[in-house]
Amino acid sequence: MDYILEMNNVTKTFPGVKALDDVTLKVRPGTVHALMGENGAGKSTLMKCLFGLYKMDAGQIIYNGQEVTINDAKEALGLGISMIHQELHTNPHRNVMENVWLGRYPRVGGKKSPFVDHKTMYKKTKDLLESLNLSMSPNDLLRNLSVSHAQSVEIAKAVSYDSKIIIMDEPSSSLTESEVAHLFGIINGLRDRGVSIIYISHKMEEILQISDDVTIMRDGQYVGTWEAKELTTDLIIKKMVGRDLTNRFPERNPKIGDELLRVEDYTSPNPLSFKNVSLTLRQGEILGIGGLVGAQRTEVMESVYGLRVHTSGKLYLRGEEIKVKKPIDAMNKGMALLTEERRRTGIFPLLSVKENLLIANLKDYSKNGLLSNDGMEKDSIEQIDTLRIKTPSTKTLIRSLSGGNQQKVLFARWLLTQPDILILDEPTRGIDVGAKYEIYVLMKEIAEQGKGVIMISSEMPELIGMTDRIVVMSEGRVAGVVDSKKTTQEEIMTLATKYVG
Amino acid sequence: MEDLIKRNRFSKDNVKTVLMDKAISIVLLVLIIVIAIINPKILSFRVLRDILMQSSTKIIIALGMMLVILIGGVDLGASRLVGMAAVVSASMLQTPDYVRRFYPEMGQLPIIVPILIAVLIGAFWGVLNGVVVAKFQVPAFIATLGSMLIIYGVNSIYFNMPPNNSQPIGGLRSDFTALGSSSIGPIPVIVIFAIVAIIIMWVLLNKTVFGKNIYAVGGNKEAAMVSGINITAIIIGLFVVCDSLIAVGGVLEAARTGGATNNYGVGYELDAIASCVVGGVSVTGGVGKVSGVITGVLIFTFINYGLTFIGVNPYWQNIIKGLIIVSAVAFDIQKYVQKK
Repeated sequence: MDYILEMNNVTKTFPGVKALDDVTLKVRPGTVHALMGENGAGKSTLMKCLFGLYKMDAGQIIYNGQEVTINDAKEALGLGISMIHQELHTNPHRNVMENVWLGRYPRVGGKKSPFVDHKTMYKKTKDLLESLNLSMSPNDLLRNLSVSHAQSVEIAKAVSYDSKIIIMDEPSSSLTESEVAHLFGIINGLRDRGVSIIYISHKMEEILQISDDVTIMRDGQYVGTWEAKELTTDLIIKKMVGRDLTNRFPERNPKIGDELLRVEDYTSPNPLSFKNVSLTLRQGEILGIGGLVGAQRTEVMESVYGLRVHTSGKLYLRGEEIKVKKPIDAMNKGMALLTEERRRTGIFPLLSVKENLLIANLKDYSKNGLLSNDGMEKDSIEQIDTLRIKTPSTKTLIRSLSGGNQQKVLFARWLLTQPDILILDEPTRGIDVGAKYEIYVLMKEIAEQGKGVIMISSEMPELIGMTDRIVVMSEGRVAGVVDSKKTTQEEIMTLATKYVG
Repeated sequence: MEDLIKRNRFSKDNVKTVLMDKAISIVLLVLIIVIAIINPKILSFRVLRDILMQSSTKIIIALGMMLVILIGGVDLGASRLVGMAAVVSASMLQTPDYVRRFYPEMGQLPIIVPILIAVLIGAFWGVLNGVVVAKFQVPAFIATLGSMLIIYGVNSIYFNMPPNNSQPIGGLRSDFTALGSSSIGPIPVIVIFAIVAIIIMWVLLNKTVFGKNIYAVGGNKEAAMVSGINITAIIIGLFVVCDSLIAVGGVLEAARTGGATNNYGVGYELDAIASCVVGGVSVTGGVGKVSGVITGVLIFTFINYGLTFIGVNPYWQNIIKGLIIVSAVAFDIQKYVQKK
């Protein structure tokens, strides 16, 4: 048997969109198979067809040498196909073992019995966790675990189904470097047991490191499958976008001016959060904030923006001390914050593109307490054109746009408030390569207007490629400030781990 | 308030945070102590026994309500179902020599028959509620708002049937009223019913697959679905258990008070919801313990009883109860705010 799984000629149409067009995926047993493509390329749709969450219009699934039809998640799990979703499907209020055996609790005295056998469940969970080198207890509540551990629980669950294939949809997107290393350890262990992993990720370096085979999709079509060792980051990007991307970052000629914003000695009341953080931002500058996930970068910036409290510390705008207690104070002083979690704190999914664009700025369109629709429509169209936001109309609900386009709408929302200081928290997370480049160009243009940009990012290349200076944080403290032109990934990593442990 | 939030969000091992966590229990405990100081007679065996008996039906109803709250819903029809179960069971359990019998020609039924009929009626409404919520995806709040009105209408038609013509049902058989008022040794029979209900519910929620699945559906519906749990069956099932328990509560109310009208049970659903919430059942679903519900009911009944006992004006009692409910939820939500 060459392949544990073959998906042949899969086609899936949604009203108005051909999401999958004659797609093929062939996975060898005991391999890590990366599935790549820009957002909207159809990776998730393909996986949902495999997992029985979508019904294919046409195509064939051959699993373990036999043609199968999969109608729902339960059938997929029964066959030995499990999926770890991007957004974790755990129950935060219950413990590890109940999450692992959800839907299949061992029962006292036979399958038909209504009673749960807690002893057996505990033991089976303990053995399972040990076999995966996981340190948590079967009795730990999920809400007390870190994201990475909660994800490990999902992996343990997948393993407990005796899965031959585990689909992982962007499993590393919210993990720190060391957690990713741990994840890879688990993946390697699974591969040695003969399990195949279908791995979806946007992170090229990771893909090249962990996978055996790579299948690339573009616009719902199959581009091809290669062995990972034949590929490079540039080659993958080229195949994904279907053109050469000569530069991943736009050319910049920064003209750095006077000091714009100075944060002095910011300390959080929470001893586990940030302490004594100082930094400066100058006009025309893009300042990077680097560090591991959990280094409290977001917390510092949210505190500067008035979303969180700080016990001590001062804030200066153009040399004058200012007080920011609430986001509206920050906005009035010319600050804007693009938050980290687009879906949770960015978009209003049930509102239109127009409303999403203008929501932070509505007072500008208000006359005698009434909103003027003409001005709103005109400005929306202007923003959609300048930022090249792909949307059928201004009235389209934002949730139907791709992640990259949603992010552009949020960018436009804050640009409309005409900020002098734009704080971006992981602005390119989960966006495809093409849209990333456009976001970079926007950042560059904003800086060229003499404004200041602060970018928190966990992606080293973009941190080094886009910024002028990088403040590296470690365990809530500033570990160092480096010049982006002279620094290396190694130097940043060293600083980022300075206070760890 | 802002100070409270600040502290809460940031300090873990802070005494104040712990106090905050238990704030509602502390406030209620203080209230109980105040009542006891004003009138120490409330702590007499007789009064406490009375409070316990009053709590019994409420515990049974609240335990049913808890199941629906565990999936983030609420059963507004509970009040009217109590009324229907009371009327139906009482109408068939009158003494033969009573003048205004509901069924003048009916012979002596074995006591279990009318009770079973009442409970089955509860189960029937449970199926209907469950199907509307699970199959047609109507929010429980709306679905049970509808069934509340329908049950009341149906019950009133039944209650208005000749020869009864909406007369309060009285003259209940002594073997029936004994369920509500007699004792085995020092323990009232009605309390035994409550204890049985507590044991059944504790086992159901902690030891059975069905119970675990209720928590799973309440805590993360998507995850439950992906794990192959039959969500429809779980929701219908829990409504059946809930409404059967509520019907039992209604039957016992008839037995305890020795009568029934179609207006029995009004406000009970709110008491049940309030007790659950005060007892730590999260209105967003997925969190809640049997012990919490019992505590909630006991505290609530004690305060209810106690306020009357020390002569607080009933209008003020409503204000106090309202404040307790809102602050209980407000404090409960703070616990989750601090997690961010």
